Amino acid sequence: MTALPQHLKLLEAESIQIIREVAAAFERPVMLYSIGKDSSVLLQLARKAFFPAKIPFPLLHVDTTWKFRDMITFRDAAAERYGFNLIVHTNVEAVEAGVTPFTHSSVIYNDLMKTKALRDALAAGRFDAAIGGARRDEEKSRAKERIFSLRSSAQRWDPKNQRPELWRQYNTRVSPGESMRVFPLSNWTERDVWQYVYREEIPIVPLYLAKPRPVVRRQGAWIMVDDHRLPMERDEKPEMRWIRFRSLGCYPLSGAVESKATTLPEILVEMHTSRVSERQGRLIDTDQVGSMEKKKQEGYF
Amino acid sequence: MADTASLDAHELLDRILAAEDRKGLLRFITCGSVDDGKSTLIGRLLYDAELVLEDHLAALANESVNRAVTQDGFDFSLLVDGLQAEREQGITIDVAYRFFATAKRKFIVADTPGHEQYTRNMVTGASNADLAVILIDARKGVLTQTRRHSYICALLGIRDVVVAVNKMDLVDYSEAAFRDIEEEFEAFAAEIGLPNVQLIPVSALMGDNIASSSSRMAWYDGPALLDFLETVIVDDERERAAVQPLRFPVQWVNRPDLDFRGFSGTIAAGTVTVGDTLMVTRSRTASRVRRIATFDGDLHRAQAGDAVTIELADEIDVSRGDMLAHETALPALADQLQAHLVWMAEDEMIPGRSYILEIGHDRVPASVTELKHRVDVNTLERAAAKTLALNGVGVVNIATDRPIAFDPYAENRTTGSFILVDRISNATVGAGMIDFALRRATNIAWQSFDIDRAARAGQKRQSPAILWFTGLSGSGKSTIANLVEKRLYAEGKHLYVLDGDNVRHGLNRDLGFTDADRVENIRRVAEVARLMAEAGLIVLVSFISPFRRERRMAREIAGDVPFLEVYVDTPIEICEQRDPKGLYAKARAGAIANFTGIDSPYEAPEKAEIIIHGGIGDPEDHAAAVIEAIDRSFRAGTGTNRY
Repeated sequence: MTALPQHLKLLEAESIQIIREVAAAFERPVMLYSIGKDSSVLLQLARKAFFPAKIPFPLLHVDTTWKFRDMITFRDAAAERYGFNLIVHTNVEAVEAGVTPFTHSSVIYNDLMKTKALRDALAAGRFDAAIGGARRDEEKSRAKERIFSLRSSAQRWDPKNQRPELWRQYNTRVSPGESMRVFPLSNWTERDVWQYVYREEIPIVPLYLAKPRPVVRRQGAWIMVDDHRLPMERDEKPEMRWIRFRSLGCYPLSGAVESKATTLPEILVEMHTSRVSERQGRLIDTDQVGSMEKKKQEGYF
Repeated sequence: MADTASLDAHELLDRILAAEDRKGLLRFITCGSVDDGKSTLIGRLLYDAELVLEDHLAALANESVNRAVTQDGFDFSLLVDGLQAEREQGITIDVAYRFFATAKRKFIVADTPGHEQYTRNMVTGASNADLAVILIDARKGVLTQTRRHSYICALLGIRDVVVAVNKMDLVDYSEAAFRDIEEEFEAFAAEIGLPNVQLIPVSALMGDNIASSSSRMAWYDGPALLDFLETVIVDDERERAAVQPLRFPVQWVNRPDLDFRGFSGTIAAGTVTVGDTLMVTRSRTASRVRRIATFDGDLHRAQAGDAVTIELADEIDVSRGDMLAHETALPALADQLQAHLVWMAEDEMIPGRSYILEIGHDRVPASVTELKHRVDVNTLERAAAKTLALNGVGVVNIATDRPIAFDPYAENRTTGSFILVDRISNATVGAGMIDFALRRATNIAWQSFDIDRAARAGQKRQSPAILWFTGLSGSGKSTIANLVEKRLYAEGKHLYVLDGDNVRHGLNRDLGFTDADRVENIRRVAEVARLMAEAGLIVLVSFISPFRRERRMAREIAGDVPFLEVYVDTPIEICEQRDPKGLYAKARAGAIANFTGIDSPYEAPEKAEIIIHGGIGDPEDHAAAVIEAIDRSFRAGTGTNRY
C-alpha cells in the first residue's frame, strides 16, 4: 500500500522539505490544524518529516464554536493518538457578544471568528511562522501565492509585494514583527490529497463519507442540522438525505453533496467523474467580489 | 467503460489509479509580452480540453458580461487572472500556478506575467519548469520581451521551448506571416542556445490549433498545442540527477534523544547506500552511513529527490548548511566564484555591497567583487556597466565570507543556484547561477606570522579599536575626532585618524560620489582601518558614511577588532549654518549632486554605541564623553582593559 506512485512521491518529498525548512529556520513555528482532509495530510507529512523525532512545534486550531461535532471529536482523538501539542483558540469576546453565522453576515462572522481569532492566536503565541494546508488549485488568489508567504507586522498579505521564489531556495528571513505563512501543499490537487489519504491509510473525519444525515436546503446548498442551534425558517423541516462533504468548515456555512459513496474507494471513483469544484459549497468564497483575496489580505489563512 | 456499473469500487479505483500512475508530470511556464494573450491561451486550453469545472464555468459566464468575449461568450483570461488588481489593470501581475490533467499527462503551469516590471516573476516560474511556452503576437513578431524571456529560459537551463504564434486570426491565417516569425525566432534561438524549439500557429481567441488541429491553417502540418504538450519528451531532471555524484545538503539536525543524531535533508543528486563513507565538504571530516531512516522504514539506498534522515557511524561535527558527498566526488568548495546574476530589486546591485547569499541551506554574507559585464538581452551584446538595475542580467565575480560548497549550474540546478538577500529589507534581490569557482580563491592561503595583533598591542600597551564617526557634513565629526586623538596621544596612546576628505586625495581618488563609488569608498577605508588595528593602533574613522548597510559592512570587516560607532547627531540646519567647507551652499545652488542631507539621504544609526549631540555643548566636552564611553565599553567588554 505504501508504494506511492512517482508523482505523489515527488509531492511528498517536496512538502517534507518545506516543513523541515520551517522547523530549521524559524524560532517559533506553529502548524494550523483545521481538522479537514488537508490538515490530516499535513499532519502525516509533519510526522514523516521529523521521524524519529516528534513534531517539534505545536498545532493550532481556531475554533469558531460552530464546527461539526464530529470534527471536534476527531481533533481530540488525533491529538491523543499522535501526542502532538494542541492549542485551541476561540474569539471568546465575539462569542459572548453573540456573534453567530445567523445574526451576522458571513463576511463579519468570518472576519471575527476566523480572521481575527487567528491573528490574535498567532500574536499571543508570538509565532513567526504558521504552516497551513492551503492548495493553489483551490481558489484563484491562492494560485498566486508563494509557498513561503510574507505577512506584515499587521499580518497583512500584499499580493503586489511577494518575494520571488526561485528553485527550491526559500527566503525565510523576517524582520521583527513580521511573520511567514507557509503552504507545503501548494502543488497538490484535490485528487492528489484523496489519493494520498487512500494509499497512506490516513484517518479522516467521517463526515467525508456518505450516510443519511438531517439536512435543509438553503441558498441552493444542503446544510446539515448538526445540533439544535440551527434556526429553522418557516416551512423548513429537516429531511434525511444521503450526503457527504468535500470540504469542511463551520456547519451552517458548509454545503454538502448528495452521494452514496460510503468508502474511500467510492469517493475516489466519484471524484474521478465530478464536474464541480470542492469549494463550490463554501458560502464564504462568494460573499463578496474578490472574496478570498480580500480575506487573505486581512490575515485569513 | 460501459460496464463500470458491474465493477465494484475497488476494481474500478484500481483501474483509475493504474492509469493515473502511468501519467508523467510536465511543469511548464507560459510567457510573452503584454497582451499577447497568455491568460486567454491557458483559459482556452483548459476549456477546449473540457477541464473547466461546472461551477467555475458558471462563474466565468457571469463575470464575462461587459467584457470582450469570444463567440462562446467567455473571456477566458478571467479563468487565470484572479487578483482584483489584475482585473482592474487588465494585466497579469504575478505567477499563477494552474494544475490540469488530460488522459495522457498531468501538468503544472506557471502563468507568468509579460509586463516588463515583473520579469523577476517570469524568472521565478522558469526556475522550476521543464518547458516554456512563449507567445508571440502574429502581428507584432519577435519583440524585446520575447527575446528577454527566451534568453532567460536559456539562461535558466530550459531546453524545450514551444513558440505559440498567437492571433493568427488577425493576420488572415497567413502562412507568410508565420514563416517570417519562424525564421527570425529560429535564428535567435540558435544564437542563445535553445536546442529544442517548436513553433505552432494558433488563435487562442478562436481556438485554432489549441486542443485540435485547425482547418483554417491547412498549410501547417505540425501538432496542435495540446498534442505537443502531451507527447513531448523533455529532459528529465530527476533521472539526470540520479546518476550524478551524491549531493546531500543538510537541512536539519534530528536529535530526538541522546541515542539518535541524524541529518535530515533532500538528496539533491546521486545515490547514497548504507555503508558508504561520506565526507563533510567544508571540514573534510568523514564517517560511514549507519542508517538511512524514514517514517516508512529504513532504506538500504536512497536517491536524488528523496527526503531522508542519515545517521552516521561517528560523532563528527555536521550542522545545517553543510553538504555531505562521497570522498571521491566532492563538490567545489570556494569563497570566490563566477556566476550569471539576474537582478530583481528596485535598488540597483552595487559591487562591494554586502548581501546574504543563500545556497541550499547555507547562509553566508557575500558581495559582488566585480561586475564583468551586463548582457543586453535584445542584442545579446556584452556591455560594460558599474551596476545592475531591476531585471538586469550580468556576469559577476562573487566573494563569500567563508567557503561554500556548490556545482556549476549547468551540471546541477539545485546545487548550482543561489539567491541574494538584502540585509536590511530581507527582500530577495538577486538570482544567481554559478559558472565556476575562481582559482585565485583557493590558491591564496592566509599567511600567518608569529607577531600578531596581541603582540603589537602589548608593545604599545593599549587595546586596538576602531572608532567609526558618522554624521552629516559639518556635524563636527572631525573636530571631535581630532580632540579625542589629542587627549589620548597626550596619554601616550598610538592612534591614527582616517578622514574622508584626506583619503579621497590618495587611496580613493579614483572614486566619485555615486552610490556604487560610495560603497567602494567605505569598503576600502574599512579594510585599511582593520589593517591599522591589526598593527596595534587605535583607529578613528571620520566619514559621513550615510548608509546603514555600509556601516554594517565596516563592522563586519572589523571582525573581532572592537568596533564602536560614534553618531554625531547634529541637526542639518546647524550643519548648514556652519558649512565649514561651503559645500551646503554649493549643493543648494545645484553645483554638487548627490549631497548627503540635500538630495541624497542620510540613514541615522539605529544602535550606535556612542551618540553625541553635536548641535549643543562644547566639542571638548564631547571628546571627553567619547573617551569616557570608550572606557566604559572596554570595561564592560574585556574587564580591566584600559587604553
